[in-house]
Order: sequence, then C-alpha cells, then structure tokens
Amino acid sequence: MNAIKGFVLKTISFVTGEDFWRGIVAIIVFLLFWETGSRSQSWFGVAFPWVSQVPAPTAVLQEMYRLIQDPSFWHSAYLSTLRVTEGFLAAMVIGIPLGLAMAVSKTFYGISFPVFEVLRPIPPLAWVPAAIIFWPTQELSIAFVTFLGAFFTIVINVIGGAQAIDVRYFQAARSMGSSTWDIFRRIILPGTLPSIVVGATVGIGITWAVVVAAEMISGGGSAGSVGGAAGGGLGFFIWNSYVGGSYTQIVAGMISIGMAGYLSSAILRKIGEWMTPWLAEG
Amino acid sequence: MNPTSASVAVSALPGGAIPAQAARTGKVRIIDAVKYYGAAGTGVLAVDHCTFEVPAGEITVVVGPSGCGKTTLLNAIAGFHSLSSGSIYLDDEMLCGPGKLKAEPGPDRIVVFQNGALFPWKTNIENITFGPMMQGRLTRAEAYEKARDMMADAGLRGIENNYPGEISSGVRRRVEIVRALMNDPKILLLDEPYRALDSLTKSVMHEALLEIFYKNRVTIFFITHDLEEAIFLGHRVVIMTTRPCRPKKILDIDIPHPRDYSVLTTKRFREFMDETAAAVHEEATKAFAAGEKER
Repeated sequence: MNAIKGFVLKTISFVTGEDFWRGIVAIIVFLLFWETGSRSQSWFGVAFPWVSQVPAPTAVLQEMYRLIQDPSFWHSAYLSTLRVTEGFLAAMVIGIPLGLAMAVSKTFYGISFPVFEVLRPIPPLAWVPAAIIFWPTQELSIAFVTFLGAFFTIVINVIGGAQAIDVRYFQAARSMGSSTWDIFRRIILPGTLPSIVVGATVGIGITWAVVVAAEMISGGGSAGSVGGAAGGGLGFFIWNSYVGGSYTQIVAGMISIGMAGYLSSAILRKIGEWMTPWLAEG
Repeated sequence: MNPTSASVAVSALPGGAIPAQAARTGKVRIIDAVKYYGAAGTGVLAVDHCTFEVPAGEITVVVGPSGCGKTTLLNAIAGFHSLSSGSIYLDDEMLCGPGKLKAEPGPDRIVVFQNGALFPWKTNIENITFGPMMQGRLTRAEAYEKARDMMADAGLRGIENNYPGEISSGVRRRVEIVRALMNDPKILLLDEPYRALDSLTKSVMHEALLEIFYKNRVTIFFITHDLEEAIFLGHRVVIMTTRPCRPKKILDIDIPHPRDYSVLTTKRFREFMDETAAAVHEEATKAFAAGEKER
C-alpha cells in the first residue's frame, strides 16, 4: 500500500517537475525539426540536406499504426525477441558459472583467461560466416552470434565483480565458522550479484544490436516467412523494407528495435533492483 | 598496576551481572612473535620479537604509529596471516607457534574491522545471526530471538530489517560489535574501529563500547593510534615502536572502571597522557621520518 502511494507521489512530483517538461519540450522541438526537414521540398520548394531524405515522423507514425495490425510484423518482432532471449539466456547460463569459476580458481583462471582474451576482441558479427558454417540451421547460427554479444560482457563483469569483493568479508565469514561452500553461497554470490545485473543489462543491449545485424547478413534465417517479405526478424524486416524501397517502414522498424532494446533493459534493471534490495536508495 | 581497584569497580556495578567464566577466559599471550614480509633477509620486518600479554576479561589497547605492524599482530591472532616465528596462546591453547605458524580463524576470536565488514547484502539482523547459524549452534528462531535481545540491549531496536547501508557509520559499528558478541567470543579484536568517525561520534562510541564490555566482560584487544582513546578505554596500554613493532612501554591504567567521559578531565588521566605522549610522539616522528604510509 505504501509502495503504491510512494510510487504515485513520485510520479506526480516527476510529472510536475521542471526536468520532465524540459524533456517533453525538447522532444517536441526535435520532432518539429524533423517534420519540417522531411517536408521541406513540398513546403518550401527547397530540400534541406540530409533530413529531406528521411520520411516525416507523421508518416512513420501512420506506418507504425498500420504495422501493429499486421501479423507478419509481429512475427518478425517475435523471431528477433526469441533469438535475443535464447542467446541472452545461454550467455547467462554459461557465462555466470564460467566467470565465477575463473574468479574463484587461480588455476582455472590461468588456463581459461588467455583463451578468453584471445576470443573476446573478435566482434560478434565477424563470427557470422563461421557460425553459419558451424551450426546446422540458420536459426542456431543467429542465436549463437547473439549469444556471443552478451557472453563476453557478462563473463568480464562477473570476474571483475567477484574479484572486487572485499577480503574482509571472507575473513569475517571464516572467523564466524563458514565453510568454503557457505562462503561461495553467502559471500561470493551476493557480492557478485550487482555486477551480474550490470553485465546482463549491458549484455542484452549488445544482443539487440547483434541480432539485427546478424539477421540482415544471414538473410533472415530459415524459420519461414509469414506473409512473405517481413518474415525473418526485425533486422531482416528493415533490410527488406530498404530493398523494397519503403522508407517509412525502415524508420518504423528502427524505432521498434529501439523500443524493444529499451524495454528489455528496463525489465532487467527492474529484476536487478528486486534482486539487490540493499543497493536501493534511502 | 593495581588490579584490585578494577575488580572492586566491577563488582560495584549495578546488578553485578558478570558471566563468571567469561571473565576468566580470553587471555592471550604473545611470545617472541616475529613477522617478515617477503623473503627473510631481504624482506620487511614488521613485527620484531614481540612479547606481551592480554589479560583475560580486560581491555588491552595497542598504540602505535600507522603502519607499524600492529595490525599484523592482530591478523596473526585472528588467523588471517601467519607468523614467521614465535607463538601465540589463547588461554592455554596454542593458536600458532612452531610447526603451525598460521592460526585457524574461529568464532572464539572475532575481528571488528577498521572500516567495518558487515555484509552489505544482509539486513542488520541477518548479519547479527550469521555466526551462530553458520556454526549451527542456534536454530534460526533462537538466533533471531537472541539477536533481538542483544540489539535492544545495545540500543539498536528498530533497525533489524534495515541494510547496513541505510544506517549511520556509528550505528554500523555497534551492529558489528553485536554481531561479534553473538559468537560468544573469548576475545574481541578491534582494529581501529572508530578511526573513520568524527570525534563527537567517537566519544559516544567509546562509552557504548565500555557499556557493552561491562555487560559481557569479554576480553578486548584494541588497536589504535589515538593515545587518548587508548588511555580512556584500556586497563592496559601497550605502546609500540615504529616498524618493526615491539612493545616500547606497557602501562597499567589504574583509573577505576566503570569509566565515563568525565575521566578525561581528571588529574590521573592527564598524568598518564603526559607520561606517554613523549614516547608516542617519538615513535611517530621516527615513523614519519621513515616515510611509513597508511596501510
């Protein structure tokens, strides 16, 4: 009850606050510039450089309104979301234990970290051709590349987080009779959790960047295409719109990916806050 | 110097509820302790043939310049680091010595750390119940009940379910001392616990510590570089030389317990200050000249 009240009060003070209105005005001015620029040819007879090539926000909005009623668009969104989720979850499931093992065991760290550091600088997209060869289906290749996008970030964060745990926590726990397993479970795991959350939030952002490019390069995957062109994920949807010359669709696709990326980061941040209540302010 | 005056003061405490056996355990004897960092010969000598005793049921304060090696000694008692030679006994049990230069950490010797080491991801009461539950000595319900009682005793009611990050640093230090006491330690090892606090908070913390001490009568080994703090709290003050550390002067402070802050203005207190200030200052000057840094 108090939480709801607090939330409502916070929302009200935010909406009535200066920052909120400054933000709103900034966005409106931005959209006005964009609209004017896009329509400069027809309105003023002079094409503004750059912006006149971009479809106007009102046209994009119209296109988006059409798209949300189009099942093939939703299928694309679904496919991309599925690949992001698969790759991301695989990266978490493999990356967290691996990072923890590397942080805990000097021997394992000595063996695995050099290999890890050799592979890490390779951009995930450079893996696309190799992935297509390695994996039996296109679907798996794309999921693998998205996995790579999140994997390295998560592992690096987990190692860093676990190694940064204050040695006094281990000493205190040892003094109070903790076993090695207790120390892992009650010190190392919670001590690393904030870094895991950071790694996951950053990682899923990269995953969205990677999935779009992978879909464009690999031609949208083999998962079938409902309604023809827009069948292979949002990346392929944008590429296809480009090939088909539908510029409003390109921008609409870009915006949907932006929203999807924002939404998934926001969800992870919320889960993270819920899992690390001690980091909450006041 | 005058042990009777201390015991008279204690028995005069209201209620006089002093656990009898607690007062007789927790004696630590440090015998000829030496600690080298790095290889012998080329390494740094941190502790140089240190011998002194921490009497059971009393507060012994070790004073020395920063970086002199007093924390090394504390770590050896706690079992976090080894000695290079020498031995340390807790009551009649050898903690470390020839053949076993590193003590096992254990709940009979709990450290309260310089900047605090409460687990930030556990609430205050979860921190406080951590020890007994780890050791399996108490069930969850028993541990929580004991924790609530002890927190109430220490004036910590109402913050049970807060996280350490949500309370002030002075209160955090008190929570940490309660967490230590929950383990029924024979000796509390305090490593400059009030160093980061402002002087007003510090004076409150000193009285709170004494109050806890009078209630529990646990042996306290207290490290500081603050001479006034040392004389105010200690039954015994061990003044260390700069690195390598060795007792330079051992004083028994015969100001009767229980003490409160009015002690600071007494003649006897000033006498102790005058008697020791020169010695401490001399070591501090040497440490400064040697370029010892805070560690």
